[in-house]
Amino acid sequence: MKLSRDQLLSMYRQMWTIRFFEDELAAAYMEGKTPAFDIGSGPVPGEMHLAAGQEPVAVGTCAHLKKQDTVVGTHRPHHFAIAKGVPLDKLAAEIFGKETGLGRGKGGHMHLFDVEHNFSCSGIIGAGFPPACGAALAAKKMGKDWVAVAFAGEGAANQGSFHEALNLAALWQLPVIFIIEDNSWAISVPKGKSTSIPDNSTRAAGYGIPGVRVDENDTLAVYEVLGEAVARARRGEGPSLIEVKTDRYYGHFQGDPELYRPKDEVSQLKANDPIQKLASQIMAQGAATQAELDAARDAAKADVAGAMEFARTSPYPAPEQALENVFV
Amino acid sequence: MANERELTMAKAISEAIAQEMERDPRVFVLGEDVAVYGGIFGATQGLVEKFGPDRVMDTPISETAFIGAATGAAAAGMRPVVELMFVDFFGVCMDQIYNHLAKNTYMSGGNARFPVVLMTAMGGGYNDAAQHSQVLYGLFAHVPGLKIVVPSNAYDAKGLMISAIRDDNPVMYFFHKGLMGLGWMKYPERTITPVPEKAYTIPFGVADIKRPGKDVTIVALAMMVQRALDAADELAQEGIDAEVIDLRTLVPLDRDAVINSVKKTHKLIVVDEDYKGFGMTGEIAAIVAESALDYLDAPVKRLAVPNVPIPYSRPLEQFVIPSVEAIGNAARQLVKK
Repeated sequence: MKLSRDQLLSMYRQMWTIRFFEDELAAAYMEGKTPAFDIGSGPVPGEMHLAAGQEPVAVGTCAHLKKQDTVVGTHRPHHFAIAKGVPLDKLAAEIFGKETGLGRGKGGHMHLFDVEHNFSCSGIIGAGFPPACGAALAAKKMGKDWVAVAFAGEGAANQGSFHEALNLAALWQLPVIFIIEDNSWAISVPKGKSTSIPDNSTRAAGYGIPGVRVDENDTLAVYEVLGEAVARARRGEGPSLIEVKTDRYYGHFQGDPELYRPKDEVSQLKANDPIQKLASQIMAQGAATQAELDAARDAAKADVAGAMEFARTSPYPAPEQALENVFV
Repeated sequence: MANERELTMAKAISEAIAQEMERDPRVFVLGEDVAVYGGIFGATQGLVEKFGPDRVMDTPISETAFIGAATGAAAAGMRPVVELMFVDFFGVCMDQIYNHLAKNTYMSGGNARFPVVLMTAMGGGYNDAAQHSQVLYGLFAHVPGLKIVVPSNAYDAKGLMISAIRDDNPVMYFFHKGLMGLGWMKYPERTITPVPEKAYTIPFGVADIKRPGKDVTIVALAMMVQRALDAADELAQEGIDAEVIDLRTLVPLDRDAVINSVKKTHKLIVVDEDYKGFGMTGEIAAIVAESALDYLDAPVKRLAVPNVPIPYSRPLEQFVIPSVEAIGNAARQLVKK
């Protein structure tokens, strides 16, 4: 699948949008938390799970998706949301707990709902597989060629919901793609200590569906494999299971002391950064100039700065609004 | 006891588990991030270093499997202490708990024993939103067959944990994240207490009068005990003498402690971090209505989370979780009448 120059630049810009968004949030998160770290302090309190380093799985997948397609993300959801087209302003405002946020400040960073862009996520591990099946079932019943994508970490592939959903999707030939985002760590537990096999995509055989592993944190490699899975789903040929190797630059959550992780692991991962890799690939194809890449990066930076400004200057909800929206 | 060392609740819990592991080779620990990490909230800190990975086991994110396995291991003669990181996560494995762990003893006519301690973190107040901030003990107390332990300070935490491990029944042990004395989450200073080094037990079903008083009874659990004590300090300066009762266990429940206190003060406030509907506040109010209604000088006041999920944004969350100020105001209104 040949990508046009515009597509490549758009993906490259999206990668930077995600990276800047996460890095800006990491900084905002620490405001009000020094010198004494208190998880409940500052403009962005609570748990914060950032996805810097994990851009390829989101961008390479969502490049195939349309607005009507459904994406269900995880507790580490920002890269999926951004790649699916969730507006940055409302995303940032939700994370800052503001009234202008996606959920009027009620949901927070693990609980994002964008009805218009068919995006949602959950703080519960493995919770996304079944609702993705449901979105795919709905598309099928309505006679649409829409697909659904469920993302989850490699730790989630040991949840019952994963296996039940795979069987259901295979049985009913649902247009759904299950994507295991393998960043090697389920908080402190490495994959080898949690999973009986090295490659989760081989579990597809147990359900009679295609399974593929993308063994590098490479946006174009993800794009290539997902092209076939999405096309297959749109043709009505049923689900696929894809595992993508990726890299978690930050801790499980901000403030995670990461004593379980080798000290130099992250610096080694960063030496193979996926954004630089995509830049090299684009340059090697002659698809864009360095100046065009720089312009895309600058545009991403400006977008993120604008979203953060919107979030910071938006009002908090009135306390009494806590009582609204239990029911419609 | 001036020379007694003080511990955080997290250290008191891990020490209790360590002492029971030394005492009884059948005791072992399993759960997510309990070994290398030491428990996300420190309840199992230092255990894997001391007892090794065979007795302190990190599990996959497979709660139905490992909590069901704890039930099975207990039936076969072991005494597992199993942690699930947040009480909010129990939905994924609820069947193994409420249809099996809770009911098996009864269905066996009392012949089968399931000495499992199911330990979990609960509570909000730090903006972790709807899926990581609940307390939910009322939900588990509702199902017959589970003992429910909810400590409010380090001394109680150790004694109650040792009792939990030695109990031949399933015990759910809820620790409030904001009481654990973590370096990264604000906590009330009163949760850190002197804790004896030797093992000791605190019996279930015995409430603790954390502060005696004569004007109004405040019944609470966990963080709400601490907030009630703070409110009582403020009230004392205004000449209102509040009695703070820490239930410590919901199942079994110390009904007499509540009734006797109401007979003395004639006024009752029940404070809960759980949802107001169908929960602990209603249960306590009903007990008093059944057994001590004539002693009440005023209607019971219930402070709890109005029936909404815990919101993320700070002003919203602070609005729904009972505050020191709200507890104080409820007492002032009752005593004024």
